[in-house]
Amino acid sequence: MAGILEVQNLKKYFKTSAGVLHAVDGVSFTIERGKTLGVVGESGCGKSTLGRTVLHLLDSTDGKIFFQGEDITVVDKKKLRGLRENMQIIFQDPFSSLNPRMSVSTAIQEPLILAGRFSKTEIAELTGRLMDTVGLAERLWNSYPHELDGGRRQRIGIARALALNPQFIVCDEPVSALDVSIQAQILNLMQDLQAQRQLTYIFITHDLSVVRHISDDICVMYMGQLVEKSPAKELFRHPLHPYTKALLSAIPVPNIRRKRQRIILKGEVTSPVNPSPGCRFAKRCSYAAEVCTKPQELKEITSGHYLACGRYEEISD
Amino acid sequence: MSSENKLLEIRDLAIQYVAENEVVRAVNHVNLTMNKGETLGLVGETGAGKTTIAKSIMRILPNPPAKVSAGEIYLEGKDVLKLSEKEMRRIRGKKVSMIFQDPMTALNPIYTVGEQIAEVVQLHEKVNKKKAARQAMEMLEMVGIPAARYHDYPHQFSGGMKQRVIIAIALACNPELLLADEPTTALDVTIQAQVLDMINQLKKELGTSVILITHDLGIVAEVCDRVAVVYAGEIVEAGWCEDIFDHASHPYTEGLFNSIPDIDGDVERLNPIQGLPPNPSDLPQGCKFHPRCSYVSECCRTGHVPYQEISPGHFVRCHLQHKEGK
Amino acid sequence: MRGDMKSKGFKKESMLSTTFHRLRKNRMAVLGLIFIVAMGIIAISAPLIAPYGYEEQDLYNIFSKPSANHWFGTDSLGRDIFSRIIYGGRYSLQIGFGAVALACSIGVMMGSLAGFYGGKLDLILMRVLDVMQSIPGLLMSIAVSATLGSGIGNCIIALSVSTIPGYARMMRATMLNIRDMEYVEAARSVNAKDSRIIFRHMLPNALAPTIVQATMGIAQAILVAAMLSFIGLGVQPPTPEWGAMLSEGRNYIRDYPHLVLFPGLAIVLAVLSLNMLGDGLRDALDPRLKN
Repeated sequence: MAGILEVQNLKKYFKTSAGVLHAVDGVSFTIERGKTLGVVGESGCGKSTLGRTVLHLLDSTDGKIFFQGEDITVVDKKKLRGLRENMQIIFQDPFSSLNPRMSVSTAIQEPLILAGRFSKTEIAELTGRLMDTVGLAERLWNSYPHELDGGRRQRIGIARALALNPQFIVCDEPVSALDVSIQAQILNLMQDLQAQRQLTYIFITHDLSVVRHISDDICVMYMGQLVEKSPAKELFRHPLHPYTKALLSAIPVPNIRRKRQRIILKGEVTSPVNPSPGCRFAKRCSYAAEVCTKPQELKEITSGHYLACGRYEEISD
Repeated sequence: MSSENKLLEIRDLAIQYVAENEVVRAVNHVNLTMNKGETLGLVGETGAGKTTIAKSIMRILPNPPAKVSAGEIYLEGKDVLKLSEKEMRRIRGKKVSMIFQDPMTALNPIYTVGEQIAEVVQLHEKVNKKKAARQAMEMLEMVGIPAARYHDYPHQFSGGMKQRVIIAIALACNPELLLADEPTTALDVTIQAQVLDMINQLKKELGTSVILITHDLGIVAEVCDRVAVVYAGEIVEAGWCEDIFDHASHPYTEGLFNSIPDIDGDVERLNPIQGLPPNPSDLPQGCKFHPRCSYVSECCRTGHVPYQEISPGHFVRCHLQHKEGK
Repeated sequence: MRGDMKSKGFKKESMLSTTFHRLRKNRMAVLGLIFIVAMGIIAISAPLIAPYGYEEQDLYNIFSKPSANHWFGTDSLGRDIFSRIIYGGRYSLQIGFGAVALACSIGVMMGSLAGFYGGKLDLILMRVLDVMQSIPGLLMSIAVSATLGSGIGNCIIALSVSTIPGYARMMRATMLNIRDMEYVEAARSVNAKDSRIIFRHMLPNALAPTIVQATMGIAQAILVAAMLSFIGLGVQPPTPEWGAMLSEGRNYIRDYPHLVLFPGLAIVLAVLSLNMLGDGLRDALDPRLKN
């Protein structure tokens, strides 16, 4: 079943002075048009690298990325430029992702100008419409990022990403830097846009409540490995991987009555430099055994729910 | 509430930041009381004034441009705003400690973690170097770091462990009051869980009172006894956790709860609060929340909004309550 | 029509105007700016203002003290010092701005390329700079000046050679910083070419420290030019460069101090104004602005 995006065994390694850093190690998934894939994990799990590699902002080390049926890891530069218009990114930090010397309109126009096929009038018209779409008032046309709050700045980022009418957007922690009430406004906006334009999102975040709200499916990553993938609500109801369970149990819930069994993980996240084969979570897992030292396979447990854990049968209740 | 048990009382505090040509009213007539052993959550969004309130208790606000324009802060009966700098120095680190948000920059990279903990001990207690070092090692163990790591440098620790070291420094002299400014915001969820658990444990062991500043209501539910919701430099609602979580009475508090995606429920669309937080140099007249309030009525637009106790220990600053006579 | 948003009078607060506003509030900086501009205007309109030519000798009137006829007095050959100071401004300011313009453009180019592309290019460029910087600046200027001979052009070259590494490194450091900013990544994600990224996105943000450095650099160049002339290199008499005038007058300090007083004051005034302006610019250009 070919979706709009299919990633097969994607790997991204970085050469560092300490060794080879396995930022993304053998990740595979498919996303269908109009859906949102949430990618969660803690710092160092590789989710941001994954997002950028999928867009080819970083060259992949291995694996294939099929966008609308075409393998973008092997296309030539010219074709890639064309494809780029269809695949965009929204960044996390609403300040550093905007050029402080470019006004709101200039920043949004940039992709239109670079596309090279719009006249000046068309560009101005489109920019105005984009600002409307994302809820930026006309009077902000000449304003600069430093004059605006985080929410408005993020709207500029969204408008810029939408400029060339892409079908697919990677959202790298787009609301993490925003206040709770602004977060909610931006999340609603993104959902509306998705419905209107049939957009496909990869939504990268560390905030589990946000990801549950906005995603159709969720991938859980740990140190570059994909450990579990499942439909959103299913993941929260029946988490299967020990890491997912620990992660979910760690979320502070705004409910004073809920007594939760918190699974405290021992140790710290180690660095994915020159990792040993096998499950990287094993060192902190209370169920670790011999089988965990071998490379884990992603198996489908129930419909749509995938798990990479060799000990599944033994530890499932 | 006996006054012996009262640790902190803030009365009518007002703080302004004066810059070139404008006055930013960061804190507006805040009243707050805290008893010994309590954990108070100060909840609010960026710019609400929570950090300013906390820093004013320790008097570490930058002196221009910040100015305390009114009010008193009584710590164990003494008004800290009237103390001399010398007396304040004796209080900071000993009676009141503060931990800040970013663990990455709060530790001095050229000293070992042990030295940094020992420094606090030596500043406040009359002990020699050896004893201070021993106390520092005890603190390290208390926060879950092997004492052998006394001689390690900050860069050798991860974010979560750095934050533990900072907590160790803050608690080294067993202060009465710990001010924690978003201590876990910069940490991963699982590490956050560890650190919150540790704070919970420590405050029980040492009997420390804690003011926890956060924007995360989940953390408040985990750690706090009492909550004060801050908006535009004012406390709009304060009470016990049950009061705030079960009977939120101020529209802003209600709005905050509605803005959070519920991890259990199934909400299609979030219900964010309309509009944006006000510009602190140009605050609205009357109730500061009224431009964004869905229950706004005429009386909210002008005049003073009374701060009332609607049930024992539960205070709200809203005309709504007054009208319904709750 | 959206195109004429600007004409609708929406508040346009570009970086240039904000910088200007902030600069205006700093009295010292404004003073410095006024002085330097005034000196520039005077220097340009020298032929119109100066009462005498700078070479006009009046051998019956040598060493005369300041008077109504000769506001600053005359020198050893009866030349009017006031006129010579005015003409001298041309040379000093020309050399100052020229040296900085040359060093800045070469340095900025080297630094941007090194910072942006990194790798081998960075390595090579940095080693070249290392070699240049291994020779003390003043000595370098002296050596180059001695080799090339006197004259304004040669003086400019001599002064710029030793300052190129400063601009290059400053630019490289800023570029390295900006290169990792997300807005550069964002530009890449919308298909911007390298050249566009450098010129449109990175340079405007990197210019602020360079501008400050350049302003201070002009002051420095004027001083060094004066020094070169003083020791017999750089610009030579009869060209009325201020340093050369100081050199000429140093033998007569005891009896006729006005020969060195006025050129000295001119140098001091120029350097001081530029420094005050530079300081003010540094504060005004701070991108963190109000926050």
